Amino acid sequence: MDGLSQNRAPIAEALENFRSMRVVPFDVPGHKRGRGNRELTEFLGERCMSVDVNSMKPLDNLCHPTSVIRQAEELAAQAFGAAYAFLMVGGTTSCVQAMILSVCKRGDKIILPRNVHRSAINALILCGAIPVYVNPALNHELGISLGMSISDVRKAIEENPDAKAIFVNNPTYYGICSNLKEITELAHRHGMKVLVDEAHGTHFYFGKDMPISAMAAGADMASVSMHKSGGSLTQSSFLLVGKEINKDAVRAIINLTQTTSASYLLLASLDLSRKRLATEGEKIFEKVKEMAQYARDEINNIEGYYAYSREIINGDTIYDFDISKLSVNTLDLGLAGIEVYDILRDEYDIQIEFGDLGNILAYISVGDSYKDIERLVGALSEIARRYRRDKAGMIKHEYINPNVVIPPQEAFYAEKESMPLKDSCGRISGEFVMSYPPGIPILAPGEKITKEIIDYIEYAREKGCFLTGTEDLGVKDIKVIK
Amino acid sequence: MELWYSEAHTPYAKFSIKVDRQLYSGRSEFQRIDVLESKEFGRFLVIDGYMMLTEKDEFIYHEMIVHPAMAVHPEAKRILVIGAGDGGVVREIIRYPFVEHVDVVEIDELVIDVCREYLPQTACGFDDERVSIHIQDGMKYIRKCKDEYDLIIVDSTDPFGPGEGLFTKEFYGNCYKALKEDGIMVNQHESPFYPNDAVAMQRIHKRIVQSFPISRVYQAHIPTYPSGHWLFGFASKKYNPIKDYDPKRWREMGIKTRYYNTQLHIGAFALPNYVEELLEDVEDVE
Repeated sequence: MDGLSQNRAPIAEALENFRSMRVVPFDVPGHKRGRGNRELTEFLGERCMSVDVNSMKPLDNLCHPTSVIRQAEELAAQAFGAAYAFLMVGGTTSCVQAMILSVCKRGDKIILPRNVHRSAINALILCGAIPVYVNPALNHELGISLGMSISDVRKAIEENPDAKAIFVNNPTYYGICSNLKEITELAHRHGMKVLVDEAHGTHFYFGKDMPISAMAAGADMASVSMHKSGGSLTQSSFLLVGKEINKDAVRAIINLTQTTSASYLLLASLDLSRKRLATEGEKIFEKVKEMAQYARDEINNIEGYYAYSREIINGDTIYDFDISKLSVNTLDLGLAGIEVYDILRDEYDIQIEFGDLGNILAYISVGDSYKDIERLVGALSEIARRYRRDKAGMIKHEYINPNVVIPPQEAFYAEKESMPLKDSCGRISGEFVMSYPPGIPILAPGEKITKEIIDYIEYAREKGCFLTGTEDLGVKDIKVIK
Repeated sequence: MELWYSEAHTPYAKFSIKVDRQLYSGRSEFQRIDVLESKEFGRFLVIDGYMMLTEKDEFIYHEMIVHPAMAVHPEAKRILVIGAGDGGVVREIIRYPFVEHVDVVEIDELVIDVCREYLPQTACGFDDERVSIHIQDGMKYIRKCKDEYDLIIVDSTDPFGPGEGLFTKEFYGNCYKALKEDGIMVNQHESPFYPNDAVAMQRIHKRIVQSFPISRVYQAHIPTYPSGHWLFGFASKKYNPIKDYDPKRWREMGIKTRYYNTQLHIGAFALPNYVEELLEDVEDVE
């Protein structure tokens, strides 16, 4: 670090400087600062188009950074307390894949909870690693899967001493954290690396009284969705690495799949957002926490909803809870979360992050105001008044124990045939099935299809969940292993 | 001195008043507030650059947002007014002796303070002992009310800015819940004339139609509002604004008005064809 302060944003500054030099472009992109595509320029704005430029000497190169991108990465590392930070333009999906590809080769084992994002299992397909699933615990009342218990992790480690790494969600989509510090120490004692999906945990690095962050817990790598709570543009993320990781080897892994034409809009957004969080993050997340708490209190006054918080902490599978998340259970209302989610959008013009069978998640961020929170609470109170019904027959369980018959990569590339999902009981899936969001697979390639799984998928479909993953866009047919 | 207040009614049409002097300019947590004085319209209140009322024509707006509903409801005793920090609505309401209590919910205390000081013509209503003022977001206040009011008057600013929540379906639904079984809600309903205003007007109507069994729209001419042609919404659980209207009863109360009268009451609900069409367009949905 050559002493740049967190008030600086070297990439954004270089772009500003570049803009003022009025360099004549005889390079790509062909829209030439927007002049060649007037409609797009009117849509996005001239300032935006004028910095949509190619890598060049004054602007550095993401594949091999030596100047301003290097500085931005070093500043980010410092802000997050990491040994190094990579700017990523392929979303947190690309971070998760880079983490797994960096520590696992074909045939290596990796311990992970089954409620991972699909990007983690996709990485297993890419590299041929073998998953060892730790069943996340389940809160039956809320119908959500939780973190991993220490005893389950210990058991998985002891049974698989050859595993290369353990993968942890910090937090889950719902805001639930495992005991990351203890898991990390346990894994390190057994020579395993700790990879952390912090897609929903950017604010842990900046807010006060937040659950512990991966880097603070001593984890080896972490994938941080800066574009979620950090405020950068969609698709921009940070990959953080600890001191035991060879960052040059990680860069080589990233460059296997990363674009060589990284968008400077995304890079500048990471740079400026890092600056903002480093300098004002604590204040920002105090406000977010206050708004979330206000919303929780108001929602809990409406009969039928349960906006949960730290009271569900149990010292193990719910080791900590992210109070900036507004997760609300809707089962007592007799409505599935996905139904409330749909009503909010269709009738009240309110878009929330997701709804599953028993819960909704409203994403609260620095962009929100109390005025908008009042709308959300007002609409929820109206939904309770107008739609409340008998809660008999509500399915709430969310987690189905997977039976992995074939490793994901082998299953993905195996000979397959298509058949109706409803008749596929007993076969081995060649595809994913999941609701999106949250994008956590109900079925993954190589897993046995059971009646319970088929019933669950049909129930989710009936309630209006957006099912994805199969080649059949209607998710009526599924490809199974021949 | 050539000092003019101008408001863009559309990007291509503007309305101007020659200003004699500026009496007040300030900014609250929510908005910028100005009070100006003019030869033609007297004092006028401007919020975030938009004309709210002038001393010269405020009587039209305030009479028309209050008297039609007061004349239809047999005896509105408990009344909720949302917005209306200038006091004009309250001034008209308290003229009815049978009114027992008026709750005024205004999000911005500064509006009330400024009006009390510079616009006593409207703010005089606040001094009546039947009136309670609550400084709160109307959306929040109404959420906790159930089966409480005979009449709710929504005197909001435009659907952009702090008043936005008062144009939503969740708000109208909460008003329904807060009203007694024969309650009425009257709201500021924007203008049908310029396209952007007309879209807002349609959105409001669509949402009220979904929330109340009876939803009618009536009009008045307000010279200083965009196009001058302004609408109000009459949403009701039981009373029809024409069929359940007893002009004789109202006349006997002896309330003196400058704009409203019993003939005009009937006529105000007769809308131009193009307005009827705009309304019908959004009534059939669902």
